[in-house]
Formats: sequence, C-alpha cells, structure tokens
Amino acid sequence: MNNLLNPHEWVTAHADYLYAYAKSRINDEELAKDLVQDTFLAALQKTGSFEGRSSERTWLTAILKNKIVDVYRKNSSGLKSMEIKVAEEEQREFFDKDTGHWLKEYGPKEIGIEDKDHIVSREFEQVLKNCLQKLPVLWKAVFTMKHIDEEASDNICAELKVSPANFWVIIHRAKLNLRACLQKNWI
Amino acid sequence: MNYLKKIIHNCKKATYLIDKKEMGSISLREHIELRIHLIGCSFCRIYGKQSRAINKMVQELFRSAMQPGIKLDDDFKKGLQDKIEEELNK
Repeated sequence: MNNLLNPHEWVTAHADYLYAYAKSRINDEELAKDLVQDTFLAALQKTGSFEGRSSERTWLTAILKNKIVDVYRKNSSGLKSMEIKVAEEEQREFFDKDTGHWLKEYGPKEIGIEDKDHIVSREFEQVLKNCLQKLPVLWKAVFTMKHIDEEASDNICAELKVSPANFWVIIHRAKLNLRACLQKNWI
Repeated sequence: MNYLKKIIHNCKKATYLIDKKEMGSISLREHIELRIHLIGCSFCRIYGKQSRAINKMVQELFRSAMQPGIKLDDDFKKGLQDKIEEELNK
C-alpha cells in the first residue's frame, strides 16, 4: 500500500465532503451515495498512481469528478434530441422571426435581481433551483461545470464532447431559458 | 436591412454576445456592435444585468450546497469503511 494514503481514515476524513460535492452537482441523494462508494473503491485500485503531489482529498475529488462527468454524459445521450428540441422551441418564441428583436411579451423586465447588492431570499433560491432542474440535461451539465468549478471551457468541451462553437450556444441558450423561467415564476 | 439597423434590432445576437462576454471573450468588433445595440435597447440592458446576477446566484447556490451541514448517515459510513477494510484485506 502506498504509505502516503490512509484508507482506514478515508470515510471519517472525506466521505461527507465528497457526498456534498456529488450531491450539489447531481441533485440525487442515492446516486450521490453510490458515487462516493464507487470513488473509494476505485481509489483503492489505483493507490499506486498517487504521488503525493496533491492532497489525498484533492486526489479523491478528482476521481469523483470523473464519475460525475460520466453520469452527465450518460444522462444527456439518451433523450438528448427531443429534450433539447423542446427547449429550443420555447426560446424561438422570444424573438421576432425577421429582426431578432425581443417580442414584448417575453422581453426582460426588472424582477428585483438587477441591483448588484440585492439580497437573495430563500424563496427566490428555490425558484432558481426549480428553473435549473428544467433545463435539458446536457445544457445543465455544461452550465453547472462552467459555474461551479469555473473549469476551462476547453476541458468541458472535451469531457462532454461538445464543439467549442456549440459550447457558447449552449451556455447562452441555458441562460435564456433560465432567465425566462425566473421572470415567469418570480413576479 | 442595412448593417447598422441589423445591429440595432438584433437582440437575439446581442444577448448571445452578452452571455459570451460574461464568461469568455468576444472580439473587438463584437464589443462595438454590442455597445451600439445596448445604447438603444433597454430590454438587453436589463438582460445584461440579470445575466450577471444569475451567474453570481448560481455560483452562490453551489457554494452553499457545500456547507458543512450536508452529511452522510452513520450507518452508511460504517458500511462504507467496512467495505474499504474488506478490500484492503484481500
């Protein structure tokens, strides 16, 4: 066994952290638990590759992160086209077909979040969470990875297999629908 | 439609540039086009503010999800450590 690692203490030292990490990214408690377990078991198989250049926690988190990306990829492959079509259809109505100008009905209105120092209430946070859940899986995955981990766009493209051009379209489309959803459900 | 008119009317393009600028980069030409558009478009000015606010709120949301309050139950943890020990003794 690699003596830089101490698997006897893994659960005590890292399990809660890894669980919170997974849960915040996939929003499914049971699956998050499974991933934590898979992470520890996978880590045991490759203790030889740990060189102590990062902390034990960072190393375990990287393994977990790969597993989360696998989940994103798997979830977004199946129903992909249908789900995205519906979401795209929704935002086609936002703009005038010929000029691209906002249609009045859908145009942005102030909803109390525009001020830099506005305070986010519990209720608003819940609306935001619900709106995030409504995004197509692939869009949500791209958006989540970009925002939480502030990961380089190139990495996200490679990991989720989207082209760089498509990446920005997805970020934008996710934002359009998210914003519209907030405006609709908050006012 | 002439070039300038296109820029002035096209909120679809402008909102794309707003989102891209916020998290990545846009070209000088795009910067100028966006500026011109925003002068005349109050919808997109609001959109820009909201786009930034949403980025911040989403980041905050995930940060708060990482607070120490989220814990696994003890039974699950014990089972997990048992499995690890089992693997180690193989």
